Amino acid sequence: MKQSIFTILSNTALTENVYKMVLGGDTSAITAPGQFVNILLDGLYLRRPISVCDYDENTLTIIYKVVGKGTQAMSHMETGELDILTGLGNGYDLTVSGDHPVLLGGGVGVPPMYNLARQLLAQGKKVTVILGFNTKSEIFYEEEFKNLGCDVLVTTVDGSYGIKSFVTDALKEVSYTYFYTCGPEPMLKALHKATATSGQMSFEERMGCGFGACMGCSCKTLTGYKRICKDGPVMRKEEILWES
Amino acid sequence: MGKLNVNLCGIELANPVIPASGTFGYGYEFAELYDINELGTFSFKGTTRDARFGNPTPRIAECSAGMINAVGLQNPGVDKVISEELPRLAKCFHKPVMANVSGFSVEDYAYTCEKLDKEPQVGWLEVNVSCPNVHGGGMSFGTQPQAAAEVTRAVKAVTTKPIIIKLSPNVTDIVSIAKACEDAGADGISLINTLLGMRIDLRTRKPVIANKMGGFSGPAIFPVAVRMVYQVAQAVNIPVVGMGGVSSAEDVIEMMLAGATAVEVGAANLVHPYICRDIIRDLPNVMEKYKINSLQEIIGGIK
Repeated sequence: MKQSIFTILSNTALTENVYKMVLGGDTSAITAPGQFVNILLDGLYLRRPISVCDYDENTLTIIYKVVGKGTQAMSHMETGELDILTGLGNGYDLTVSGDHPVLLGGGVGVPPMYNLARQLLAQGKKVTVILGFNTKSEIFYEEEFKNLGCDVLVTTVDGSYGIKSFVTDALKEVSYTYFYTCGPEPMLKALHKATATSGQMSFEERMGCGFGACMGCSCKTLTGYKRICKDGPVMRKEEILWES
Repeated sequence: MGKLNVNLCGIELANPVIPASGTFGYGYEFAELYDINELGTFSFKGTTRDARFGNPTPRIAECSAGMINAVGLQNPGVDKVISEELPRLAKCFHKPVMANVSGFSVEDYAYTCEKLDKEPQVGWLEVNVSCPNVHGGGMSFGTQPQAAAEVTRAVKAVTTKPIIIKLSPNVTDIVSIAKACEDAGADGISLINTLLGMRIDLRTRKPVIANKMGGFSGPAIFPVAVRMVYQVAQAVNIPVVGMGGVSSAEDVIEMMLAGATAVEVGAANLVHPYICRDIIRDLPNVMEKYKINSLQEIIGGIK
């Protein structure tokens, strides 16, 4: 983990309420796709945990949906500096992907799939990406995944674009060696049943610190109590315990 | 004696800054960030007789200038703390640590304190009779003078190290409770634990916290904490450890003027992970500004 100051390089709307912010700064603490950052905002007490969409040596890209005061404030930022904790969480383990992993992102669960896809492709894997949205106007990053060289399937719940289905239905048409996913919990739960292989899922929870100190985001797993911020947010399929 | 030194119940602290229980784990998350030996000491995660998962999530809610938590004393239980957490801590922290203990009965408190009292790493036992997030224990012992005194007596009977009783602000007469603990043999008082609070989500019309209510902490509660530290310090003759919303070197000095011998820093650690180190490094500058030669000399120095 590292605390450092980032400069806002750009902040643009991808859809009506989803924004992409590119920040310049020291990304050396980020070690794996699927990690997150925790952002301090003026006038708000707790930091805002946001997943990392992409990063290189000195830029960080995050994609966030406006859901509350913090993300609302972020959406209005054009320039300036932000105090950010980077390198939080465990991230995805790429070493177990096999030759043809499938990546499934639902809504704002799509962003962490981007750097993951990029790194898997760099390792010479064939990558299929299934992006799930409610409706056409919410879709983002379809072209970006195609430009990386992924096979991309887009599903919408209302059928206004792509395949009219959930990501679980689209998955039936794909052969794969392993899966990685991030999205709303009902989607993760459905995928837990629908997937034929092992895989990894990223979870979210309201956090106090984001680095394992406060026990605010604990969950029960088959391998004991885990802190989503520190021991997660990525969990292996085999350890997940659904409580409801 | 150095300018920052204070003496807490017979043990010398290099400075009065102590990360508060529940905001610092068992230390090693922070040891990855900086040398935690720079701290006066720290109070480790509230430990109970048996392992606890705590409350369901969400356990955290944001507030203006603060936060609510309802973690509910998640901890691995005293035996695992002794067999796993303390040996791991020994590798990165070489000072006496403050052991924070909670319980659900007088016997629980005595059992856990007796075990931790035998650990050489433990300098003080901070006995939490003020956790607002558990039912049938915790705060219920800290809201009545007789119950707080009973816990104090039971713990004193089985321990040798200084016993600091951590009190709840959710009472009408903090002084009577503090005095009851002093009369029962407490070596120190620490306060304030969190204020009982609640938030409601307008969209779902449900409480934000799964446990409905939780403990409110952060800068918003600092004035309440200063007031209660002042009231208790005026009334007792044992050291008082002040806490509640402390976020700066200025806040530390204000707490000490109110009567605190040492000062705990809580919620701020969660937002600014380097805050305790930064406060310690800033203290000499603030002391110079206010012409303070020694922190020990300003304890209770309010005019």
